[in-house]
Amino acid sequence: MAKTQVSFNLNGKDVDVLVEPRELLIHVLREQLQLTGSHIGCETSHCGACTVDVDGESVKSCTLLAVQVQQSKVITVEGLATGGELHPVQAAFMEEHGLQCGFCTPGMLMRSYRFLQENPDPTEDEIRHGMSGNLCRCTGYQNIIKSVQKAATDIKNIDTIGA
Amino acid sequence: MIPPSFEYYAPTSVSEAIALLTEHGDDAKILAGGHSLLPMMKLRFAEPEHLIDINKIPELRGIREENGEIVIGAMTVENALIASDLLKQKLPLLPEAAQLIADPQIRNRGTIGGDIAHGDPGNDHPALMLALDAVFTVVRPNGTRSIKASDFFLGMYYTALQDDEIMTEIRIQAQQAGAGSSYHKLKRKTGDYATAAAAVYLEMDAGKCTVARIGLTNLAATSIRAPEAEAALVGSSVDESAIESAAKAVMEACEPAEDLRGNIEYKTHMGGEMARRAIRDAAIQAGGN
Repeated sequence: MAKTQVSFNLNGKDVDVLVEPRELLIHVLREQLQLTGSHIGCETSHCGACTVDVDGESVKSCTLLAVQVQQSKVITVEGLATGGELHPVQAAFMEEHGLQCGFCTPGMLMRSYRFLQENPDPTEDEIRHGMSGNLCRCTGYQNIIKSVQKAATDIKNIDTIGA
Repeated sequence: MIPPSFEYYAPTSVSEAIALLTEHGDDAKILAGGHSLLPMMKLRFAEPEHLIDINKIPELRGIREENGEIVIGAMTVENALIASDLLKQKLPLLPEAAQLIADPQIRNRGTIGGDIAHGDPGNDHPALMLALDAVFTVVRPNGTRSIKASDFFLGMYYTALQDDEIMTEIRIQAQQAGAGSSYHKLKRKTGDYATAAAAVYLEMDAGKCTVARIGLTNLAATSIRAPEAEAALVGSSVDESAIESAAKAVMEACEPAEDLRGNIEYKTHMGGEMARRAIRDAAIQAGGN
């Protein structure tokens, strides 16, 4: 099967890949671009471990063809930290112990990152709904919610200091 | 899991997409949000040789009002339905129900037209379309035709849409004062299909129900109306005894398949209960009881 060139922006850098149309974004990210932060959990769009950001929206990269991100802006968990500094969402998950085995964490981080831009001041209930597309098989949800709450506060404080 | 090989096309206009469909006919499938089709392709339940991705056709997205009708582009995603102020005002059933569909990530991709055209009785929009008496605009090689929701769902994964046609728009009358609507969905967890769900639309005039439409999700081989239940409401004040008669008629209309979500008796009972709750809420919104 002929390969197609796909050009997109990945974590701030322009990349070109040659893919078969049937290749899913998660496979191209992990196998061709060697970014193994995004995880393959269920491969059926239920678990959210493969969540990445495409053009400012959270999507499950196991259910998106790589050819569909032509000219898009993609952010993966590898793109969250800047200049060696953890993103506030990452720092909050670390401080609040928002992970146990860590398998779901890249997806949780990417969804939190986007969710807190959609809703910077969420209630606990809104966090539960906003994060409902991500499963934690360790069932460590309480600390995940605390982490998102802490990240929301920290981001607000940074914004206040910045302003 | 990787889908089988296919040729990929990303047309940027409906006419281009129709030309591709005409050329490849029943070897081709339209890719909308992909959250039903791609999983089916991974499992080899679907093996199209040609995949026509209509995500890059801007004219298929958006929500507008036109002469008292709400017109929704078939490729409008669930999160866009939820965020639409126009829908909140003029067609509140859709944003309310869309929040019960899948999860936040999937709602960024999943489209109203894809949900309808897939013909899955577990999808939510078909029952909503039946309750709202929607009309679908379909583009074909030699023009355009309209299909009423009540004529669209023919069987499991089987609809009135032909191989060379694309659904482009969903048209629904804006909800007027004196009307009410509600969707109640029982599901085991986020992202699951309904164990049972009921969409209800009512119009009330001087305390009497003048129009009632009930659509049911995952309670038969297709999404179905429940005409006997509707008849039990029309002419009544939608009091508890009318609601009870309607709920019983809903249960008689149900022909669910047994699966992990429950046996036939349980699903039928839950169908009645979802209808009861949705009728009550719709009646309150319509200014009845």
